[in-house]
Amino acid sequence: MVYDVSIDGKRYRLELEREETRWRCRLNGREVEMDAVLARRDVLSVLIGGKAYEIKREHTATDMHLWVGSVRYLAELHDPRSLRGRRGATADEKGQRKLLAPMPGKVVRVLIGEEQPVEAGQSIMVVEAMKMQNEIKSPKKGTVRKIVAAEGANVNAGDVLAIVE
Amino acid sequence: MRVIRACRELGIPSVAVYSDVDRASLHVRKADEAYDIGPAAATESYLNFTKILDVAKRSHADAIHPGYGFLSENAKFAQACADAGVKFIGPNPASMEMMGSKTRARQEMEKAGVPFVPGTSRGLESADEAEQVARKIGYPVMLKAAAGGGGKGMRLVHRPEELKFALEAAQSEAERAFGDREVYIEKAIVNPRHIEMQVLADEHGNTVYLGERECSIQRRHQKVLEESPSPIVDAEMRQRMGDVAVRVARAANYTNAGTVEFLVDQDKNFYFLEMNTRLQVEHPVTELITGLDLVHLQIRIAAGEKLPFRQEDIQIRGHAIECRIYAEDPDNNYFPSPGKITLLLSPSGPGIRRDSGMYEGWTVPIDYDPLLAKLIGYGTDRTQAISRLTRALHEYFVGGIKTNISLFRRILTDADFQAGKVDTGYLDRLLRAKPPHVQREDTEVAAIAAGIFTVLDPTSAITANLSSSATGSAPANGIAASSWKRAARIEGLG
Repeated sequence: MVYDVSIDGKRYRLELEREETRWRCRLNGREVEMDAVLARRDVLSVLIGGKAYEIKREHTATDMHLWVGSVRYLAELHDPRSLRGRRGATADEKGQRKLLAPMPGKVVRVLIGEEQPVEAGQSIMVVEAMKMQNEIKSPKKGTVRKIVAAEGANVNAGDVLAIVE
Repeated sequence: MRVIRACRELGIPSVAVYSDVDRASLHVRKADEAYDIGPAAATESYLNFTKILDVAKRSHADAIHPGYGFLSENAKFAQACADAGVKFIGPNPASMEMMGSKTRARQEMEKAGVPFVPGTSRGLESADEAEQVARKIGYPVMLKAAAGGGGKGMRLVHRPEELKFALEAAQSEAERAFGDREVYIEKAIVNPRHIEMQVLADEHGNTVYLGERECSIQRRHQKVLEESPSPIVDAEMRQRMGDVAVRVARAANYTNAGTVEFLVDQDKNFYFLEMNTRLQVEHPVTELITGLDLVHLQIRIAAGEKLPFRQEDIQIRGHAIECRIYAEDPDNNYFPSPGKITLLLSPSGPGIRRDSGMYEGWTVPIDYDPLLAKLIGYGTDRTQAISRLTRALHEYFVGGIKTNISLFRRILTDADFQAGKVDTGYLDRLLRAKPPHVQREDTEVAAIAAGIFTVLDPTSAITANLSSSATGSAPANGIAASSWKRAARIEGLG
């Protein structure tokens, strides 16, 4: 299997093959001696040249993170042969982007109306959780196409709050 | 949970109460009996006397342990328990009431010869009076709400011309927060430490102190990390503070466990601040260095037993440090970060105590204080306690939500903390400083792991996350067929 992997925006070509109990691994064309065992769901023990790593996987509403020890890395992965391709999380300046609730809470204020222009990083709404107010910011410059969660709405993590195009 | 464990150890059946959103909480599973007391809003459940006393009656409970929050310092609730014939595990209503009013506590404690920060022991009548007192004690001064707590109704005043406005602001804030606009004035101590003394009194006139806790590491007036003993308190100072704390408890006719809080200035002068009339969140550090179980003792005192030891029997051994693990986002100004815990790896091993209410699969409710767990490190000395705690924090992993675990790694490796140089401004200074550089050299390891996860563990947390979303449009099981379809799902969300 060949994967295009991006870690913190750094791109790697990863070739992985499993032969019986052993792995063959090439990273950017370079052979890597390694072994891996899935300790439990979302926890991997990896040995690379004898060095031991415990890796934890975490999915947030929007991203996948891998923790190597106590350091968190943003990971994206796709199959380069896939026709579907992939809309990168950051490069997507064209097309629609959905704003997702990062946590459960309540929409206390909507700051921008539908069909209004918005800058990247501009706050679109305020979601209150545990009596704290969090500004939800636009991931891109564009136009607010739809406000999905109105003022007063209760939202769960991962719910679509608004769509920016 | 803490109380349920103590009950089980003592062979006492326990009854839990819970609000609608706490049905899945750990304490409901672990108690012998549990009863729903209504909606999430605390006023309709955990603060509702009638509902709680109804449960007590229905379950034939002999006593109520009020925990740390909600009604634990409410004298009226303690009285209501007495009226209903249920023992309140805590002090008597009269001493709770005295300590509940800061100005009344001050008047009583001044009579008992307890040292105070210079200032007024009564509410201020007018701005003129405030100016006179401030001139006498010297600026900067602090205005405080008599009924206050948690920093509400507090104002620091540096100059005379700021005083009138600050007084009005403090009074109206106190009125809004506590329904009482009484405000008093004190000399402001620059960079104080917050050190408190644990006391224990039985109902037969015996009162002892169990050593101090250094609680200077605070944020938004909330404690974050506590330790015992304090790095600056020696045996002689401990005895002086302990004697004062016992005098405070006696003057209030106090029974059961309580905490006398002191402000300590840079010359190690200490001043009475207030008394907390309940068990504190940070009590485990005292338990570890004294070898006592405070909840057992609370229950035995409430049952009418005498203290099983005298002051001279109490020995302080070793050093303990507690970290309060909160569901907070370090990248977003430590705002609460509730949600579902998808992965939990917990530390253990030598010198580690973990008092936790969380479990994998639990959704941290948005309705209450987001304290998840307390992790306590114990060692023969402070250095060993720090190194054990640091090691345990590296083993701790809470996935799916954000926590403040990384903050503790930073505090424990900070040179000032290690040197014991802390005061109530420490944490704000640390957070204003540039964060230490994190080595991000394992990107290749992460890249390899990303691929291996896809091969070995293609289904998993993402399905859990999708199914917890309220849209209902994501079939939790139907998307596991291949990792590529799953990737497409992720894209659809992103």
